[in-house]
Amino acid sequence: MVNQALPARPANNRGAPPSLLLRYGSQMGIIGVGFAMWLAFVIAAPRVFTDFDIYRAFAETTPLFGIVALSLTFVVITGEIDLSFPSVMALGTGAFCLVTYYGGAPWWVGLIVGLGTGAACGLLNGILVATLNIPSLVITIGTQFLFRGLELVLMNGTGVPLLADKYPQMHALLREPAFGLPVQTLWMVGILIVEWVLLNRTQFGAHVFLVGDNQISARLMGVNAGRVKIKAFVLVGVTAVFCGMLSSIYGYYFWPSTGDGSLLNTIASVFLGGTSVFGGTGSVVGTFVASFIIGAINAGIVSAGVNAFYTQLAFGLVIVVSVVLQTIIDRRIRRQSVTGQ
Amino acid sequence: MTIEASLAEPAKSDAGGPPVIELRHVSKTFGEVRALSGVDFLVNRGEIVGLLGDNGSGKSTLVKVVMGFHQPDPGGEIYFHGEHIDNWSVARARGLGIETVYQERALCEKQPIWRNMFMGREPHTRWGLLDVKQMRAESSRLMSEHMGFTSAAVHPNNVVATMSGGEKQGVAITRALYFEAELVILDEPTMGLSLSETRKTLDFVGNIKKAGKSAIFIDHNIFNVYPVVDRLYVLDRGKVAGVYLRSEITIDELIDRLYRVARTGSMG
Repeated sequence: MVNQALPARPANNRGAPPSLLLRYGSQMGIIGVGFAMWLAFVIAAPRVFTDFDIYRAFAETTPLFGIVALSLTFVVITGEIDLSFPSVMALGTGAFCLVTYYGGAPWWVGLIVGLGTGAACGLLNGILVATLNIPSLVITIGTQFLFRGLELVLMNGTGVPLLADKYPQMHALLREPAFGLPVQTLWMVGILIVEWVLLNRTQFGAHVFLVGDNQISARLMGVNAGRVKIKAFVLVGVTAVFCGMLSSIYGYYFWPSTGDGSLLNTIASVFLGGTSVFGGTGSVVGTFVASFIIGAINAGIVSAGVNAFYTQLAFGLVIVVSVVLQTIIDRRIRRQSVTGQ
Repeated sequence: MTIEASLAEPAKSDAGGPPVIELRHVSKTFGEVRALSGVDFLVNRGEIVGLLGDNGSGKSTLVKVVMGFHQPDPGGEIYFHGEHIDNWSVARARGLGIETVYQERALCEKQPIWRNMFMGREPHTRWGLLDVKQMRAESSRLMSEHMGFTSAAVHPNNVVATMSGGEKQGVAITRALYFEAELVILDEPTMGLSLSETRKTLDFVGNIKKAGKSAIFIDHNIFNVYPVVDRLYVLDRGKVAGVYLRSEITIDELIDRLYRVARTGSMG
C-alpha cells in the first residue's frame, strides 16, 4: 500500500540487506574484545597462557555458570530478568541430595526430582511475573531469598559429600572427560546447539523476540505473552539446577551456599554477549562467547600477576561498557527510523 | 441521553446465511471506565461496515473485542457464523480468518520484516521447526507484489524501525492480506498516510468487497468511509447511536446527524 513512486526514489541504504555491522555488530565487538583480552594475557603472562592447562581450567569451570547464562538470555530477551537462579541452583541440587543421599533413591530419580524442582521454581517466578505483572527485578530478589531459605531449612544448613564411589553415574555424566575433552564444555556446547535451535528455529523462540520487542503488538497478533515468559523462566530454573549439579559434582561436595557468587558472572555474560537490556534482541552464541571471556577475566587477572581485587573492577567495566554500547546502537537504529534513512 | 430505540435493520447481504461475526449486548469496563455498554453489532458476509464515532466513543475497544484481545463483560455474547463462541481469543479469531490492521500497527520494530509479517502465525516445517527460509522468501514476494517495492528496495531482513510510516503500514496491511482473511478489520488505516497511500488503502477496501470478503472500516474521515461502505454504525460514548444503510442516507444527512450526536448524544 505504499505509493508506487517509491522504487523510483534514489536508492538508499535500505536497498541492500542490513549491513553485517548492524546485524552482528555487538557479537563481532565481543569476539574482538575477547581476542584483545587474550592477547593482553598472553603478553602479560606468556608462560601461563601458552600452556594448555589454563584452557582446560576455563573449559571445566566456565560452563558452571555459562550454561545458565545461555538460558537467562531467553528471559532477558523477553525484557525480564531472573536474579533468583543462584538459589535455584542450590535448592534443586539440595533436592537431589535429599532424595538420593538421605532418601536412598537411585541417582536418576534424584536427577528428575532436582530438575523438576528447578522447573517448579521457574514456574513460580514466571507466573508471578507474567500473570500478576510484578516487575521481575523485584520479585526474583524475593524468590531468591525464598528458595535459598527453603534450601537451608530442608538441608538443615549442612552439605553433602558427592564422591565418585557413591555417585558413579553422576560423575561419569558430569565430571569425567569425554573423548579426552572436558565434559562440562561438551555439555555447554550441546545445550548451546539445542537453545540456538529453540531461539532461532521454533515458534517459542520467535515469540521470545516479539514479546521482548513490543508486548502489546505481540498480544494483538495473538501471541500469548504470559506463557512465553513463563516458559523462559522455567528454562532458567531447569538449567540452573543442572549447573548446580555440575558444580557440586565438580567440587565433590554439595555446599548449602551453592550458587553464591555466580550471579554477577552470569548476568555479565548475557549483557556482554550483546543481549539488549531493553529486550527484543539477543543471541545465545554471544552469551556463549562472553561467558568464556568472563571466565577468563577471573583466572587471567590472577595469573597475570595482577591483584585479585582487580577482577571486580574488570567485571564492573565489562558490564557498564557493554550496556552503554548497546544503548548507543539501539539509539542509532531508532534515529534512523525518525529520518527514514 | 436517549438512544434511538429502533435501529435500522441490518442489510441482508446477497450471500445470505448468518452474519460472519455478531456481538450481542457486549459491554466492556476498564476499572471505572465503561468503554462499551450493551453494544449489538454484526457484519454480514460480503459486507463492508463502517464504524464512525468521536475519540473515546469505543471504536477501538469494539475492534479489540471482535478480535478477542479484550474479553467482553459477563452477559455479552459473540457469534461466529451463527455459532456461539466461548473463550474467544486473538489466536482463535485469527484461526477462523479474522485479521486486523491496527491503528497502532502492531509491529515489533526491532525485528526484521519477515518476523513481523508472520507474527503469531509462524509457518513451520513438518519437524515443527520454524520455516525461516519460507518466511524470508514469502516476505520478499509479498513486498514486491503487494507493497509495490522492487525487490531491490527493501530486503526482508531489514529492521522495521528503519522504514517510513507508509512502508510500515504496508507491512501491516500486507500481513492482514496474506492469510486470506474472511473478515478484515481496518482501524484508522489512513492515519499518517500521504494522499496516494490513502487512495491505495481505499482501493484495497474495495478489493475486499470484490473478493466477496467482509470488512470493518474505521476512519476519522467520513469522506473516506462513506464511499466504500455498505452499512454504517455510529458509536457515541460506548453505545450504538445509529445504524444506517448507505443507500438510505446521504453524506450530508450523515454529517448533520454526527454533529447532532456530538452535541446531544442522540441522533434525533
